Amino acid sequence: MVQEVVHPFAKYLRSAMMPHIWCPGCGNGIVLNCFVHALDELQKDLDKLVVVSGIGCIGRTAGYTNADSFHTTHGRAIAFATGVKLANPELEVVIISGDGDLFAIGGNHFIHAARRNIGIKVICANNFNYGMTGGQQGPTTPLEASTTTTPYGNIEHPFNLVHLAAASGATYVARWTTLHVRRLTQSIKRMLQKEGFCFIEVVSPCPEIFGRRNKMRTGLEMMEWFRRASVVENFSDPSKAEISPEKIVVGEFVNTEKVSYERLLHEKIAQINEKVMGW
Amino acid sequence: MTGKRTLPTGAHFMSGDIACAEGAIAAGCRFFAGYPITPATEIAEHLSERMPEFGGIYIQMEDEIASIAAVLGASYAGLKAMTATSGPGFSLMQENIGLAVMTETPCVIVDIMRGGPSTGQPTLPGQQDVMQAKWGSHGDYGIIALAPSSVQEMFNLTIEAFNLAETYRVPTLLMGDEIVAHMWEKVVIPPTSEIRIVNRKKPHVSPSEYAPFMPEDDLVPPMACFGEGYRFHATGLTHDERGYPRTQNSEVQTRLVRRLCEKINKNADKIIKVEEVMLEDADVVVVAYGIVARAALSAVRKAREAGIKAGLLRLITLWPFPEKHVARIAGQAKAIVVPEMNCGQIVREVERAVKGTPVSFLSKLGEDPHTPHEILDVVRRCS
Repeated sequence: MVQEVVHPFAKYLRSAMMPHIWCPGCGNGIVLNCFVHALDELQKDLDKLVVVSGIGCIGRTAGYTNADSFHTTHGRAIAFATGVKLANPELEVVIISGDGDLFAIGGNHFIHAARRNIGIKVICANNFNYGMTGGQQGPTTPLEASTTTTPYGNIEHPFNLVHLAAASGATYVARWTTLHVRRLTQSIKRMLQKEGFCFIEVVSPCPEIFGRRNKMRTGLEMMEWFRRASVVENFSDPSKAEISPEKIVVGEFVNTEKVSYERLLHEKIAQINEKVMGW
Repeated sequence: MTGKRTLPTGAHFMSGDIACAEGAIAAGCRFFAGYPITPATEIAEHLSERMPEFGGIYIQMEDEIASIAAVLGASYAGLKAMTATSGPGFSLMQENIGLAVMTETPCVIVDIMRGGPSTGQPTLPGQQDVMQAKWGSHGDYGIIALAPSSVQEMFNLTIEAFNLAETYRVPTLLMGDEIVAHMWEKVVIPPTSEIRIVNRKKPHVSPSEYAPFMPEDDLVPPMACFGEGYRFHATGLTHDERGYPRTQNSEVQTRLVRRLCEKINKNADKIIKVEEVMLEDADVVVVAYGIVARAALSAVRKAREAGIKAGLLRLITLWPFPEKHVARIAGQAKAIVVPEMNCGQIVREVERAVKGTPVSFLSKLGEDPHTPHEILDVVRRCS
């Protein structure tokens, strides 16, 4: 008798949707892996979890996770998730999406959700380009990087995502690379236990589309860069958290407590109802 | 008794925007996300005050795109949800209206039409968005759009819009205009027991058997919501009945898109509402909707007084288009008159439906709606 071998984390994945669409060397699988580990370590109730994504390679993570999941239009994951969290605050709402989706077309929603401190958790896989659409320049593309739309080198200053998140009011802000699987998993766990708007940037390799145009043709070469350049600087100034060929500042930058929008909202509703009932 | 301040049964004096907001509450709407825009703003203002009294959510989002996206999220999280806007905001919402169609999300979008294009005339009425209502998002789909002519109908049709949205799992549009929105009129609120409320149909299979986009005989799939244990996936991509992406499969695309169209088209007779006035022997029929139908009714009455056999077909449902009704009246009438506050939108649908009966189009743009005399003049010429 040959016994069927089931992966211990199979229950967290929608196996009917496998195989996944990601390229060899891609970091998205690591992000999903760390997310699933965090869910398992926290023994999260999958029936109360909603995973939302926008468009792009990492956007498929929503479909691969065996929870309620929704794949929105480009850039609108946070706005959709806002409706979910307010309508049912009992749900754990996690957004897993990419740098282009969250910070180009979706930038406005990001800063406003952080400002309101809505209790949604955002994981951004930052691979410095629009991978699924063929490797065009995006809001995190480094200066001078070569992409399919910056053939002479990028001249746009990239966003510093952790600085943006911190300045917008996020209560938890961290950056890791896909090399930092344990720290990333711990970070996701910490985020899932917090109340307000939380943000984790995961610097992620895209060797097939971005790396090969920038002298890192394989996933391994990109991971070598992460290993060589990463410096853990916990609670350092996020405005100085650089990402360059020489240095990638990673760590936990913000971890504060602030009452969430949905708690204020539902408290307000309760107050109003008390007044109306007595009216 | 809930103890909440529901509007008492009986007559009230209110504006169209307020009537719409009250209709939403009466229909069971408990989530509103919007962005201020004239002439729809009073709907948001009124709901910001009223929604919390019913335990409902009001949120002013950062723009119209966020508003409609939040409405979709709230609907999937189990609440009846609505947004309200005007032309420029309606344009911004189109992509996510398409997402609502594709993911079969029940929701109501109120578009209070003003003069366009672009910023146009924020405080003046128009009927320039009715084709956008049908064709605004990319791809093929079926949609429902209603056109209120009075403040009473702003109340009644908002409830109806929720009922249709929940029944067919389709975004339903309430296409008002600046005049019905800002005009104050008597509204009669019926007893709560007489207000018909429809809630979405829920799955009757176990989570392991549940396929979120498997239709029943009416072509509408039962809907589970987030957190109910069904653990389903929904996507704007072409998907199979399980909700899984099947972007390279022409058979799945054909089956899905045809059903999204047919669930509206095949149920059109159940959806469509019109009002017929003095049509039995009418030689000249005015086809009108929204605020213009009020002047049209007056013109038809004046024509009758003058001995002209005129009648009115008032379109309450704009989409799906009441093609059969228009074709039937065209069969017996000598002429059709279509007054609209645009350069020609619904008149094209009328022309498609009548096949041969002459159609006179009376276009008006700008400050004023048609007067009864302007419509009467055309009726006279056609008689």
